[in-house]
Amino acid sequence: MSEAVSKPVPIPDALSEPFFAGARDRRLMLQHCTSCGTWSFPLRERCPTCMKPTLEWRAASGRGTLYTFTIFHQAMHPGFAAHVPYNVAQIDLDEGVRMTANVAGVDNADLRIGMRLEAVFESPGDGVFIPKFQPAAG
Amino acid sequence: MPNRSKGAIVGLGVTPMGKIYGRRSVDFAAEAIALALDDAGLEKRDLDGLLINANISGDMDPRSQMILGFENLTLINVMSAYGSTAGSMMQYACMAIEQGLANVVALVYADAPLTANRSAGQSYAGPHRFPLGGMVGLRAAYGNFGANPEYAMAARRHMHLYGTTSEHFGTIAVGQRAWAGMSPWAQMRSPITLEDHHNSRFIADPLRLLDCCLVSNGAVCVIVTSAAKARDLKQPPVHVLGYAQCAPGDNLRTDRHPAVETGAKRSGEIAFRMAGVTVKDVDTCQLYDCYTYTVLVTLEDYGFCKKGEGGPFVADGKLGPGGSLPTNTGGGQLSGYYMWAFTPLSEAVVQARGQGGERQVPKNDVVLVSANGGILNFHSTIILSKHASSS
Ligand SMILES: [Zn+2]
Repeated sequence: MSEAVSKPVPIPDALSEPFFAGARDRRLMLQHCTSCGTWSFPLRERCPTCMKPTLEWRAASGRGTLYTFTIFHQAMHPGFAAHVPYNVAQIDLDEGVRMTANVAGVDNADLRIGMRLEAVFESPGDGVFIPKFQPAAG
Repeated sequence: MPNRSKGAIVGLGVTPMGKIYGRRSVDFAAEAIALALDDAGLEKRDLDGLLINANISGDMDPRSQMILGFENLTLINVMSAYGSTAGSMMQYACMAIEQGLANVVALVYADAPLTANRSAGQSYAGPHRFPLGGMVGLRAAYGNFGANPEYAMAARRHMHLYGTTSEHFGTIAVGQRAWAGMSPWAQMRSPITLEDHHNSRFIADPLRLLDCCLVSNGAVCVIVTSAAKARDLKQPPVHVLGYAQCAPGDNLRTDRHPAVETGAKRSGEIAFRMAGVTVKDVDTCQLYDCYTYTVLVTLEDYGFCKKGEGGPFVADGKLGPGGSLPTNTGGGQLSGYYMWAFTPLSEAVVQARGQGGERQVPKNDVVLVSANGGILNFHSTIILSKHASSS
């Protein structure tokens, strides 16, 4: 049998480099506005709350709550063919932003909306790391 | 008595729909416009406005005017608020006509994403659509492709909050398929049961295959003019009484919940007020139904039932043939054809005229059309009637 196609690996760009650099260091880096104090995600050049260009990178707690999820059964990309069904989830981070990611370290059948989660970092390849979430310890 | 007419729909053109390969979007558009002109009893030269819905394939642009051979148009635009665009187009067409900027405006949606050797699911979100830069690449790394997972997450949130079930979704799918069986335009016409729904494979749990819309090649054109001009034309006029948009924005802040509280609420309030009718006056709904869930949450947000009660509301089959609120009577996007909001709009014209034949609803004084775009990020509403006050 031929080698399986890998999952897609994101290519960091100018805007997202601090996010991926943080993930390499096992930190969830997000943008925080020094003018109005709100966090934002996904990445932007300008604060979506106050519209000022005053976003700086800060390490977020990496902790949050499962808002909702799906178990995806379609292998839309060959890299996922051996992995269906897998979960895609929205996580409400304690900082007030909602992130979409995968929940790792738990059976899909045991996912519960409202469960507490914490960030964990995995590499899909090429030395790039991405945050996922797992049930919070304790 | 409803308020005055803001514009009148006088022509409808619907091409054959579905797996019709080898034709460009603009060719489907030309066919739909020709059908609509003929339906209205108008000539090509009568048309002075052309509003084109930017399609999913991205191949309809302003040069379509030249390809289609129109001249001296005084209103032309390619518009996009994604799936909700038909409502925006109707709004602009009516305003332009009322301002005297155009007399006869064609609104058209055309797309041809299906090709012979690619699955329907791959047509909108296949590997050819996987850039890997930055945050877009991050989404791909999570395997979050296309709209299916996003709507599935919205549906699950609703189920969690309100106890909505897959059977509720199934009831919507079964009802719409029964309607589709009576529409010559529908792609999927064999009846289905709740059991068929339950046994259909998961696409993105909780959404099954029979919760998801079709993919279609084809086009729809609707022609709008003034109520005064409409009087002399071939078809009974369908008056636009109200129109409105509401784009609730994204759902990426934890204090925002557009996945379960959509723009149907605000755009509905504005459109109903403009029309001078209420939700209680609606005889038939033509609702955007990219997924069964979209129908359920839209009914709640328009106020047909309380927030969270959409499941029990639809459970008795009232949306299907013979029910008290006939909805998506051409089969909708689930079983009819997927032309963004031109699916509900086209069926609304048929029903408001009373030309539905076997599927004609018994009472058709007020027809509600809803349109939704993005991941419940955009919404528009149109209220149609064969009646309008004269002042
Ligand atoms: Zn700010």
